[in-house]
Amino acid sequence: MTSLSDTAVAGQKPLLVRAAVVIGDIVSRPSGLIGFGLVVLHIFLAIASPFFVPYDYKEVSAQLMLQAPSAEHWFGTDHLGRDIFTRTLLGGREALMVTAIATPIAVTWGGFLGVLFGLLGGRFDDVLMRVVDAFLSLPWILVMLLAVVIFGSSSQVLIPTLGFFYGIPVIRIARAATHDVVARDFVVAARARGQRKMTIIGRELLPNVLDVLMVEGAMRWSWMLLAFSSLSFLGFGVSPPTPDWGLMISDSRGFMSFAPWAALAPVVGLSSLIIGINLTADALAKAMGIDRAQKAPL
Amino acid sequence: MIQLLLRRLFLGLITIGLVSGIIFVSVEALPGDSCTAFLEREAEGKRLENCRNDLGLNRPAAVRYFDWAGRALQGDFGVSANGTKSIADMVGTRLRNSLVLALASLIIGIPLAIFLGIVTALWRDRQLDLWISTIAIFAMTIPEFVSATVLILIFSVWLGWLPGIVIAPAHAPISQLLPEVILPIIAISMVMTAHMLRMVRTSVIEVMASDYVQMARLKGVPYWQMVFRHVLPNALLPAINVIALTVAWLLGGVVVIEVVFNYPGLGRLMIDAISDRDLPVVQAIALILALIYVGVNLSADLLTMIANPRLRTLHTRKS
Repeated sequence: MTSLSDTAVAGQKPLLVRAAVVIGDIVSRPSGLIGFGLVVLHIFLAIASPFFVPYDYKEVSAQLMLQAPSAEHWFGTDHLGRDIFTRTLLGGREALMVTAIATPIAVTWGGFLGVLFGLLGGRFDDVLMRVVDAFLSLPWILVMLLAVVIFGSSSQVLIPTLGFFYGIPVIRIARAATHDVVARDFVVAARARGQRKMTIIGRELLPNVLDVLMVEGAMRWSWMLLAFSSLSFLGFGVSPPTPDWGLMISDSRGFMSFAPWAALAPVVGLSSLIIGINLTADALAKAMGIDRAQKAPL
Repeated sequence: MIQLLLRRLFLGLITIGLVSGIIFVSVEALPGDSCTAFLEREAEGKRLENCRNDLGLNRPAAVRYFDWAGRALQGDFGVSANGTKSIADMVGTRLRNSLVLALASLIIGIPLAIFLGIVTALWRDRQLDLWISTIAIFAMTIPEFVSATVLILIFSVWLGWLPGIVIAPAHAPISQLLPEVILPIIAISMVMTAHMLRMVRTSVIEVMASDYVQMARLKGVPYWQMVFRHVLPNALLPAINVIALTVAWLLGGVVVIEVVFNYPGLGRLMIDAISDRDLPVVQAIALILALIYVGVNLSADLLTMIANPRLRTLHTRKS
């Protein structure tokens, strides 16, 4: 199999054809098929579930507190008597919406800056990398918590915040990928022709690091989901009564000994989405001919 | 080698300097200050003025930064906002508890990850490898608070083997923490092992495909001798840096795990401090965490250099 990075160097095929080829490649692997299927299912549920959920997600009932799963309430009810099936179906919407917008933002600005500084090198590059290192040496949870406390946790604020902070590690990845390309003949030739830096970036560098950036984007997506739901879990994210998996798990922990279903349903929801994204990212990396297993865990 | 080491040390110091700046600025940006947090509703007019004068909050930000950084260098983090408790004392016991948790997880996680990584690499794509690798993907991708919750559900609620939350106070001796700390240790080492296992596996597979291993194979070196003499020493060297990166992850993940298990460590103190707007405490913890991160990375570089003769003569390394 010729890896797709070779075709990217040529950069001839139209985008749609390439996307179809990549998706076909992902789906041809069992793990990729499962992962991709899970992601598609979750996106479908996030969009469509408001139209067919059986109950109102914020309808509180004192009689229905912590009921076991039954024919009326498939996954039982929570400590306020709300239907857990309904809330689990809706619980990923906010997280998916915020992270699906923030991921392209992070990859775009981080990727551009990384490519730019990978090409320029020199003093600016040194200084920038020190700043990037400094940010990376702070635990992500601390950075996110401070950001949420300073700027607030509504989705209008979370999207740019996540988009900004999760773009910082992308700078590093894009810069390293650029270094691999910069010394190749066609870039040297473009420089010798005296082309402008922006032209070199747009025509020669970006098409060649795009594969790496896409895989990186898929990974960032799953890290962002993790951060988003961790914040909700810690009580710094989504505010009640909005259904959210992290919040639901946090709420149900006190009743776990007699109502384990209240915790299990959101656990399954969140886990299946994150596993789905990771399996897809893995298959994507293989389809692109990039070995992701070599990359660092952060 | 000395030169390279000094260069690394210098870069590490610059990073710390920048981090302290970032922390100071972002904590400054938090709404309110120590005085509004301390006085709460009475925070107005003369009282606020006096309080700010007492704590020196009226001085320009730059002056306060250097004052804070200078004291922090001497291990003096000042007093917490809501009282007269010394932050150094408060953070000290919490740091000890977090270190107990982290070290125990590392002691379990590192050997386990290396062993499983080698096993999965040598029996690559066989049944055993597929099972272990799949479980590893699950363990490393599921958020810590989810896997921790599931662990509590299984081992504490259903089986009743281990306590689900920690009730020992922060300053309790380690022996008192012992039964309660087991589940948090399992939760952390699970994720950590999964990360490291994947790296070790890739590294071993790469070395197995290298020219010198092919050569050894062609020369007729017995399989296990080849594995132990040629493959492992070369494959495990990069693992040092992976472990360093994992420790860095640990600093973030531990925070969530500590909250789930109500463990009195640095992470939970940080969450409490952020909720209470106890800014001096937040600053101190952030600085300590960053110091640990840079320190761990530096020592990983040092270890790699000592273990790898090729790097000793090299002056610069591609980052």
